[in-house]
Amino acid sequence: MNRVLVAEDLYLLREGLVHLLQAHGFEVVAAVESGPELLKGLLELRPDVSVVDVRLPPTFTDEGLQAALAARSQVPGLPILVLSQHVEQLYARELLADGSGAIGYLLKDRVFNAEQFVDAVRRVAAGGTAMDPEVIAKLLASNAKNEPLAALTPRERDVLEAMAEGRSNAAISQRLFLSESAVAKHTAGIFAKLGLAPSDDDNRRVLAVLTYLNSR
Amino acid sequence: MSPSTWITHTGVMLRKFGYVLALLMLAAYEVVAFVSTVLTLICCFGLGMVFLFPWQVRMIRGLTGLTRRLVHDSTGIRIDPPYLPEPPPPVPQSDGMYRDGRTLYKTPRMPAWSNQWKWMFTDRATWRECAWLLLDPLVKLALAPLLVLLPPRGLRVYGLWCVLLLGPTPASRLAGQVSHLSRVRNLAVDTQAAEMRRIERDLHDGAQARLVAIGMTLGAVEQLVDSDPAAAKKLLAKARDASAETLTELRRVIRGIHPPVLAERGLGDAVRALAMDSALKVSVDVDLPHRAEAPVEAAAYFAVSELLSNAARHGGATRVTVDISGQGANLLITVTDDGWGGADPSKGSGLEGIERRLAAFDGVMVIDSPPGGPTTVTMQLPKVLPEYWAADLPKLPRWKMLLVGFLWATAWCPLFPQGIVTAVFKIFEVPDKTWFLALHLPEPYQWPVVAFMIVLGVGMYVLAVAIPANHSRERWMCEATPSRLWFDG
Repeated sequence: MNRVLVAEDLYLLREGLVHLLQAHGFEVVAAVESGPELLKGLLELRPDVSVVDVRLPPTFTDEGLQAALAARSQVPGLPILVLSQHVEQLYARELLADGSGAIGYLLKDRVFNAEQFVDAVRRVAAGGTAMDPEVIAKLLASNAKNEPLAALTPRERDVLEAMAEGRSNAAISQRLFLSESAVAKHTAGIFAKLGLAPSDDDNRRVLAVLTYLNSR
Repeated sequence: MSPSTWITHTGVMLRKFGYVLALLMLAAYEVVAFVSTVLTLICCFGLGMVFLFPWQVRMIRGLTGLTRRLVHDSTGIRIDPPYLPEPPPPVPQSDGMYRDGRTLYKTPRMPAWSNQWKWMFTDRATWRECAWLLLDPLVKLALAPLLVLLPPRGLRVYGLWCVLLLGPTPASRLAGQVSHLSRVRNLAVDTQAAEMRRIERDLHDGAQARLVAIGMTLGAVEQLVDSDPAAAKKLLAKARDASAETLTELRRVIRGIHPPVLAERGLGDAVRALAMDSALKVSVDVDLPHRAEAPVEAAAYFAVSELLSNAARHGGATRVTVDISGQGANLLITVTDDGWGGADPSKGSGLEGIERRLAAFDGVMVIDSPPGGPTTVTMQLPKVLPEYWAADLPKLPRWKMLLVGFLWATAWCPLFPQGIVTAVFKIFEVPDKTWFLALHLPEPYQWPVVAFMIVLGVGMYVLAVAIPANHSRERWMCEATPSRLWFDG
């Protein structure tokens, strides 16, 4: 069973998240509503995964993000899924900067689709990543003119996009209506073109791609 | 003296003589002008020929303007025109007529003329200039020997005389400032109102309409849920998609009002986020140790955002450098792109909007965009950053610093031993005289000297606080505390 911490200042949304997670078999160890509480909870409870809103009291700026970054600098690889009303490349890059994975950054809208959201939480808890499609689109757009990326075929780009969101080969094949072996072939092609070392582990592979995108 | 310095020296002297000659020749013209002024005034108020008045005033203003320029060129003494701000052009009423007092006119010509007349007549500067016109030939006559024998010195004295009657008075300066502020306020209010209308339209056409659609879909679901659950389920999925779209729409509107990163991280990171999302290669260099006020940040952010999209859309640029720094309390923003240049604010393209936004903070924008590029846009927002970290607050000159130090070091002596303690000794008739000056004097002088010592001591303390406080009130307000009433150097 996964122990979860939820940080969200709006009561309705917080309760909604707690119910949603409990209904899917998570144990909610704490539901906090401010930045300082969050940091304390993260460091003391060491939850298996945390769902954190970016904007929290007392300053209503990027309190949640700062707490997440601070906690991860003390406990590297502490799994955290950051939720926000808007996604920014800047924040995504900051979250990815340590390269240790177990990180997620999603729009709050994604909670609408409970299955996908819970899937993302599970992925982060397992050390994977869950990046919002919008962030990935922006990251790819700002990398679009770079040599190796421009050399990818459109299909490879689709696979790269899905992979960067944090999906496994199986999930990618489902989404793009490809066979798993075709996905594997595309991934191998992408890794060769980007000059990255191939890896069989889903999480490590995604991380390599994200680190690559982030370094540009 | 080497020949070349001798030549420049002679050149300077010759030029000064030229100025002197010009000023002396103007004196003759002034006499004529004065006579004509007197005649005009007689015609105006004796014979009712009021239409002559503005001509006459304009002539005098031309003459004084010339003198101001001559004084500035010859001595460097700057004399700003002291006139009250000109009245705004008449505005037609709802029926299209122009009102002047109780009379209605079809054209704005008469009311405009009448306003002009009243403006000139009530402006004190007009009458000060008349007085100057009367006295100036006499002053020039008196100064003539000095002007001819020692032109530099003479021109300076003459300049100071001109400042006296041709320069702005505190009242006219204030009036100018008030009219400038009210103009800027109107502009800011207009801009804001336009923004509000745009936001209202966005919400009305976007989010509001979508919410109505969602409500209607949910109503249909309510009716269908028993009879046709499958169709109801389909509609619910549609409603969910519509709500996601509404959120996207709202996010777009919010970005246009106040971008979230700006609210969360301030100008530097907001511009960095902007640079990352831009299609151009943008390098950002921000050097701001503290955050500015929110409205300033917003104005600066939207200005940079507009310039970046301009560079991409019209300028054909591929690379942009954004440099944001604080220069004392001024905010300085430079945006340079490698496009094909030729940007012109009068051709629209959003530059005008930036100017309007900056104007609310007295900000200015300078565009250097030669055809063929590169384009450099420099924006300066004066005095918008917090004063307390502005490094250029005025310093005390050395002599004032020494004086203040001396006062703090010695003021205790007259106040306490020579003043208060001596008074206590006298009241309790302590026989000891020790080193208390007053007690060594004859009886009748003792109390006055004690009182003088106390006043002297208090006065020295007051002076020690007042000197730095008067020198730079801003700095004193920033650095002094109730337990430490001074600042260093």
